[in-house]
Amino acid sequence: MRQLLLCACATALLSGTAQAEELSLRGSIIPEIRYFPDSASNARQDSTDLSVAGEMTGKYFFGDNDNQSIVVTPFARWDQRDHRRTHYDLREARYGIVMGDWELRAGIDKVFWGVTEAVHLVDIVNQVDVIEDPIKQEVRLGQPMVRLRTTQDFGTFDLFVLPYFRERTYPSADGRPATDIPVDTHMTSYESNRDERHVDAAARYSHTLGDVDFGVAYFQGTGRDPILQPALSSSGDLVLAPFYAQIKQASFDAQATKGAWLYKAEGYWRDELNEQYEAVTGGIEYTFYSLFNGSDLGVVAEYALDSRGLVARAPYQNDGFVALRWTANDEASTTLLGGTVIDAKTGAMGFRLKGERRMSEDYLVSLEAYGFADVPPRDPVYNIADDGYVQLRVARFF
Amino acid sequence: MNRLVSCVKVLGAVLVFGSLQARADTLPPESSPVARGLTIAMMSDERDEGWGDAKADMKMVLTNSSGEMSERALRFMMLERPEAGSGNWSLMTFDKPRDIEGTALLTHSSLKDADDQWLYLPAVKRVKRISSSNKAGAFVGSEFAFEDFSTQQVEKFSYKWLRDESCGTLTCFVIERVPTYEASGYTREIVWIDTEDLQFRKIDYYDRKNTLIKTLTLSDYKLYENKFWRPLALDMVNHENGKATKLVWTAYEFHTGLNKADFTPAALERAR
Repeated sequence: MRQLLLCACATALLSGTAQAEELSLRGSIIPEIRYFPDSASNARQDSTDLSVAGEMTGKYFFGDNDNQSIVVTPFARWDQRDHRRTHYDLREARYGIVMGDWELRAGIDKVFWGVTEAVHLVDIVNQVDVIEDPIKQEVRLGQPMVRLRTTQDFGTFDLFVLPYFRERTYPSADGRPATDIPVDTHMTSYESNRDERHVDAAARYSHTLGDVDFGVAYFQGTGRDPILQPALSSSGDLVLAPFYAQIKQASFDAQATKGAWLYKAEGYWRDELNEQYEAVTGGIEYTFYSLFNGSDLGVVAEYALDSRGLVARAPYQNDGFVALRWTANDEASTTLLGGTVIDAKTGAMGFRLKGERRMSEDYLVSLEAYGFADVPPRDPVYNIADDGYVQLRVARFF
Repeated sequence: MNRLVSCVKVLGAVLVFGSLQARADTLPPESSPVARGLTIAMMSDERDEGWGDAKADMKMVLTNSSGEMSERALRFMMLERPEAGSGNWSLMTFDKPRDIEGTALLTHSSLKDADDQWLYLPAVKRVKRISSSNKAGAFVGSEFAFEDFSTQQVEKFSYKWLRDESCGTLTCFVIERVPTYEASGYTREIVWIDTEDLQFRKIDYYDRKNTLIKTLTLSDYKLYENKFWRPLALDMVNHENGKATKLVWTAYEFHTGLNKADFTPAALERAR
């Protein structure tokens, strides 16, 4: 219902000034079922879960040669068991204008920084929507921002002012996957006395030189990943309270593309609570093209290091990743993906399998499974190691 | 090097004759089929010079061996790069299928080195540099390979004139061309170029085993700005698997004011 309302709002907002041929509306509805084979670590969790998500994008282009645009993307999910996973978010609600080499965007927007596949270390502008993507953590919340960009022969410069901080989403005590002690976002605290209204800033320079694409960036403001501290909630339960520190971060990312080989690396130096630490990840990707029936097989191998060592906030402190991606190149765009992560220090292993294909014109069916093995209690992943699951989604696009 | 020399010779010949008419008497003689083939290809290419930039929409209909059809829709932006050694640039954005709507592919093609390609994934707002080695691979499950899509610049092939023969109501030069770039899926292609407007009418593709694998028929030619011919219908038939793909182009516009800045990885993020 909420989502319907949002859609109606977006439509109304856009149709006010739009002409039909310049306005586009697209969307999807994605029902989902999850099954958790391991017994739950608390009695409020269950072994099955039904959920449905919907997203809509309205784009309106206008002005001289369509150099101005408004894009609005509301998202909403309903979840059978987890009232926190039942949530909505404005992924985008922004205005943009292009004037020659300059581009200005203002509103709620999303940007991506980085090159690697397994861990996204330098991608800091948008907060992670953990409830949406608890393990891969690739889904992001919309971030209020003003972005100024200029593209010159010697590279692209971006300046960001981020006036409002988005808190990371967490599941409730009924949700899965979840930490054994639930995170209570009512108990969030900040280093800055301006709390979530601290104005963050970021800058990035990126460029392409022949086979190499690279970027360097700087961020100063509220760190996106909180320190989770044990605390007692207002009702006296043991919970984890998020604390968001102020950080300074310098980062780099680079990729060299040599034929079917891709070489990737990214990393950051961070200053947080008078402590300095570094994290880096990188690796290779190689694709075997036109194997049998014209299908492709991609191999990704990456490694991640974090100077903090074994701490709860850095699950990938000394971890290797290997993944295979098979693309059938058929009409249904069938793909199969299998990946594994191994912690070189604790021996803990994680697995991911995903298969996907289009059905008729407007449906996409995906089956995905996550699992863990040999996770010792001292490993940061231990908390969710009993929350492996199989998930079926049938997306309808319109 | 040899090719370059013959290039220069042919250029000289063309200049001497001072005419781009495809009349048989201005071409190198049939006894020099290599020079004759290259000259025809260059003349065909030259006819198209100066298109500057273009926008167009493309519909792609895939038919499998049991006759089931599925559809793709894309929007194209193209930029002519007249500099020596540079291939043309293109940016294509998917409208259909809906699950990849907004996905965009930017190609800076190169005559000497591998093409540069970037992919934009709208769901995560990510621009990814990708390998362009996949020349022989199928483009979005169609019977077109990536290489069939890339610009067919003269320098990417060597040529040999075979014969003249009638093609429909027209007469065609029949030329064999061999890809000189790496990782092509073809040993050779036979192309039919009409003698009047010097446009491609048909291409037979021979795979690595030198078997005829696909035939492309180009039709419904339309003249834009009184100079630039474009085929609005392209039919690719795969003789091996019985599948077919039809491309239908609409809304061609030339000299729309696009420039280099519209074809950068940064510009991919505002593709729509």
